Amino acid sequence: MTQANRKIWAYRRENGRVGVRNYVAILPVDDISNAACEAVANNIKGTIALPHAYGRLQFGADLDLHFRTMIGTGANPNVAACIVIGIEPGWTQRIVEGIAKTGKPVAGFWIEGNGDIATVAAASRKAKEFVHQTSGQVRVECDISELWVAAKCGESDTTTGLASCPTVGNMYDKLVPAGLYGCFGETSELTGAEHLAAARAATPEVREKFMKTWQAYQDDVIEAHKTSDLSESQPTKGNIAGGLTTIEEKALGNLEKIGKKVKFIDVLEPAEAPARGAGLYFMDTSSAAAECCTLQAAAGYVIHIFPTGQGNVIGNPIMPVIKVTGNPRTVRLMPEHIDVDVSGVVRREMTIDQAGDALIDCIAQTANGRSTAAEALGHVEFVMTKLYRSA
Amino acid sequence: MSVPQLLVHDHKDNVGVVVVEDLKAGTDMLCVVTEDNSDFRLIVRHDVPIGHKVALVDLKVGDTVIKYGQDIGRIVTPVARGEHVHVHNLKTKRW
Repeated sequence: MTQANRKIWAYRRENGRVGVRNYVAILPVDDISNAACEAVANNIKGTIALPHAYGRLQFGADLDLHFRTMIGTGANPNVAACIVIGIEPGWTQRIVEGIAKTGKPVAGFWIEGNGDIATVAAASRKAKEFVHQTSGQVRVECDISELWVAAKCGESDTTTGLASCPTVGNMYDKLVPAGLYGCFGETSELTGAEHLAAARAATPEVREKFMKTWQAYQDDVIEAHKTSDLSESQPTKGNIAGGLTTIEEKALGNLEKIGKKVKFIDVLEPAEAPARGAGLYFMDTSSAAAECCTLQAAAGYVIHIFPTGQGNVIGNPIMPVIKVTGNPRTVRLMPEHIDVDVSGVVRREMTIDQAGDALIDCIAQTANGRSTAAEALGHVEFVMTKLYRSA
Repeated sequence: MSVPQLLVHDHKDNVGVVVVEDLKAGTDMLCVVTEDNSDFRLIVRHDVPIGHKVALVDLKVGDTVIKYGQDIGRIVTPVARGEHVHVHNLKTKRW
């Protein structure tokens, strides 16, 4: 059996998608509904609240992104059922209706006219019903290539470009041709390697879309707001401590994540679900770890691969995050955060092909239900991307 | 093969990456080019931390630093072969 046709045990959702976790999520529409959501999650064991900072007075593209992220998070196949709580019924129902399209159990509650206590009571009763409805669901045999696996690197150093990012690339080269959905992002962090990224677009149309997206980030975000050469922000202080000097150097290491062969077939808006079938996708995201992971989970990705050099500890509440490092010092100093140790690559004891297989083993185990380091350590960073100030 | 102290991505590169901890100035490093596993030796002139870069050739102000066979920035302070290359002598050409 090759790596590409391995079997996993996972949850088959109503819409056919494969999930690897079985959460009952309690999703706030807005910041002021966080308290009610956390109260419900405290009342009903086996549920998880997803508090966040936004959802009020947003408008235009920023509001569209808010709805896309909320609906996408509830719709993610790792979520078996979802309770939505907002301050008022309009936007709450809009999110409920979006999630309901997947066919999964979902219910909305609102606080105005009811107060927190009555809302929490009603939502808790429904959450308990959802826990009973979903917690007995049995994992079924699925193909590993049915997974949607995203990637983003963080606290990168020069070892990420030598070992952990090429490991991810090797995995994509092996699994994407078999039907896996992949995703990379970090628009600003491709600066210096944008020509190489563009060359990996599947068609001239996708290439043009990529370059337009990259240029817009340069013009509208970086050039519009920068006060220096961004040293200590991009690269970060951690990157610099790890030996990375310039954005170009960082970008070239980052791009190793997409492997040697596979091409990307579309450019996604932040949190946009891929719609061109199996393949690798580029998503327009910030390079900040929690923002990028939250957007990829909202697009429907169920497992995340996170190569790190200096030891970023990021997790996500609904999507297991697998840490890969090739830095022997990080393996020595922070082993509890590392799921796949590929430091043998820099000692020339392990090939990239072997490292890719070790990662695929970890993906299969994680899909079967094994906790990642970030899950065991309680990392549930959920960070919405906001495009501009609210009205 | 014994464990290398320095890895170089590409034969076109003029810097390599230290991949061991506690590397001391004067060490005669085993350097491996990952592109084809060929190797060479180089004496490092500074104590260089793991992950940091070493110049493979003398570099003068304005020279382009090549890594992965690609442009990663420009030299702003002269660097001799075997010396540490980082934010004190290499700057981005972007931003």
